[in-house]
Amino acid sequence: MLHREAGFYKTDYKSDMAMYPLPISRFSALGMLILFGVVAPVLMTEYYLTLLSLVAIAIVGALGLNILLGFTGQLSIGHAAFMSVGAYTAANLATKFDLPFLITLPAGGIVAALIGVIVGVPSLRIKGVYLAIATLAAQFIIEWIINHSPSISGGAQASIEVDRPTLLGWRLDGAVELYYFLLAVAIIAIVATQNLIRSRIGRAFVAIRDQDIAAEIIGISVFKYKLYAFAISSFYAGVTGVLYTYYLGIASYEQFQLGVSIDYLAMVIIGGLGSILGSIFGAFFITLLPIVIRLFMENVGSLFVEPDVLAQVISQLRQILFGVLIIVFLIVEPDGLNRLWINIRNYFRVWPFSY
Amino acid sequence: MSGDLAFGIELAGQGIANGLMYSLVALGFVLIYKATDAINFAQGEFVMIAGIVISALAGAAYEFPLWLALFAGLVFMVVFNIGLERVVLRPLIGRPIVSIIMATIGLAFILRGFGPMVFGSAPRPINLPIPDVPIIFGPFFFTPIQLVGAGISVAFLLGFGWFFLKTRWGVAMRAVADSHQVSSAMGINVERYFALAWVMAGVVAMLGGVLWGSMSGVDTQLALVGLKVFPVVILGGLDSIIGVVVGGVIVGLSEALASGFIDPYVGGGTKDFTPYVLMIIMLMIRPYGLFGRKLIERI
Repeated sequence: MLHREAGFYKTDYKSDMAMYPLPISRFSALGMLILFGVVAPVLMTEYYLTLLSLVAIAIVGALGLNILLGFTGQLSIGHAAFMSVGAYTAANLATKFDLPFLITLPAGGIVAALIGVIVGVPSLRIKGVYLAIATLAAQFIIEWIINHSPSISGGAQASIEVDRPTLLGWRLDGAVELYYFLLAVAIIAIVATQNLIRSRIGRAFVAIRDQDIAAEIIGISVFKYKLYAFAISSFYAGVTGVLYTYYLGIASYEQFQLGVSIDYLAMVIIGGLGSILGSIFGAFFITLLPIVIRLFMENVGSLFVEPDVLAQVISQLRQILFGVLIIVFLIVEPDGLNRLWINIRNYFRVWPFSY
Repeated sequence: MSGDLAFGIELAGQGIANGLMYSLVALGFVLIYKATDAINFAQGEFVMIAGIVISALAGAAYEFPLWLALFAGLVFMVVFNIGLERVVLRPLIGRPIVSIIMATIGLAFILRGFGPMVFGSAPRPINLPIPDVPIIFGPFFFTPIQLVGAGISVAFLLGFGWFFLKTRWGVAMRAVADSHQVSSAMGINVERYFALAWVMAGVVAMLGGVLWGSMSGVDTQLALVGLKVFPVVILGGLDSIIGVVVGGVIVGLSEALASGFIDPYVGGGTKDFTPYVLMIIMLMIRPYGLFGRKLIERI
């Protein structure tokens, strides 16, 4: 029986350490891989593939923020600023030094991580509200610096155009190639995060989140690991920024303003704090929400409002729904979509004998 | 050089007047933080929605007389904030700080969508019966609305200072701020004072909406004034009323002087940036601000 969870005995360390210890999780991971790797590109039109590509990018960023907020418990409202650091690093390296994609991608992440460490230093002294406001300040200051240094932002429009990425001589031109590439990056990010959380570092993060003083007492250097958390989270953000840049073909600070930070916070919170699956759900949810609203309003909305104000109503409706969803999830289901999924799964686990 | 100095003094006057009006907006934030420990990221949106309601009611569509529009705005903010406290904030009591911050961010989104959706998104003026002839005091140069705004700010800040020190409600509110449990044990209805704090924040936001709205016109951009709240409250201390005044003046001054003296060299935009730099410096050396209680936990 495929779905069985009992009766799999771990007889050696290897099976104990396995990432997917149960056949059901192995098969569902494989199933997801087939679904998104084979079925989706075959069945979907290019438009839907670009949407999935955006989701894949958002997954990387949401995982990064979840490492910081969900696993380490440090609130950051400046996630988008780190993305802009990565984006402009990659764009400058690509246009000025003509470096290939395989170098600019990690370089963007590393520079973002360095900036993230600098921003994370105040977390030694402050937490909670104060850290939130400090990262908010970082968002504005980084945005301002990029915007006002022509050597970084590339002149008056503060945007740099980049060419399509080339991977080992293979130009990622069409929607399908780009989708496969972004899917691969998202899978790497997911697996890396899963492994990070099971490692010494990840457990230290969780200890700091649950009780920082207790963590210090059992010998975790709280300061060091908080900086690790900021560095890793900013690395993910930087990579996200690089991916956005290559995806859009342009690095522009407008893509990385405060609203984007809040979008990512919403992904992590609606998805579920401290849950990798939750980040994935959140990325899907927040990325596709405006598109679903637009589809709905374009088809049904003309019954209620005049067509000429429809576009405006859509953007206002998006903001209202977005805010309502955040509040409803916070009040009704603080553990987010991940908890809903677990509830559904637990229901069917013993179905039809629910007692 | 003397020209620079005169220019600087003139800017300083402008900065102080604007700063006192920032204080008024920040006061709402501090009132809520003081009583309920909640961080309100939607204070700027409160100001915006108050401005939108008042300007729409006084405007062409409804043609209320100004006093009635102001009164309706006041009633709206009071009712809205009571409902808000009841529906959104009360279930979140005792949750981690990130939940409350996110809830108020969500609220900010709702208000930003809701205001224009109901009342239309075109910018509108609020016409207060105040002349717009500039007033000149020696080296200073003000528009009357700035003076009125600064005056109202000072009056309200003094009023709230008196309220917290002398009245029964004010003392109870300070007790609630100090410890929810102890004040509950002493027979104070903690939840009622939470609601009161939100209502007071709503009243202050309505004043802010009228003043800022009559200065710069009302549309969703008015919410950006809320972003100035954070430097003000961090500089002054999150729970101090005197701190709000001092922080507001510092932010106003730094903005005015930076936009006068630094902007020509770097090409503009320092106005939005210098308060945050000052704030970061303050967070590094004195996170609880100039007048805040030293309750910061050392980590």
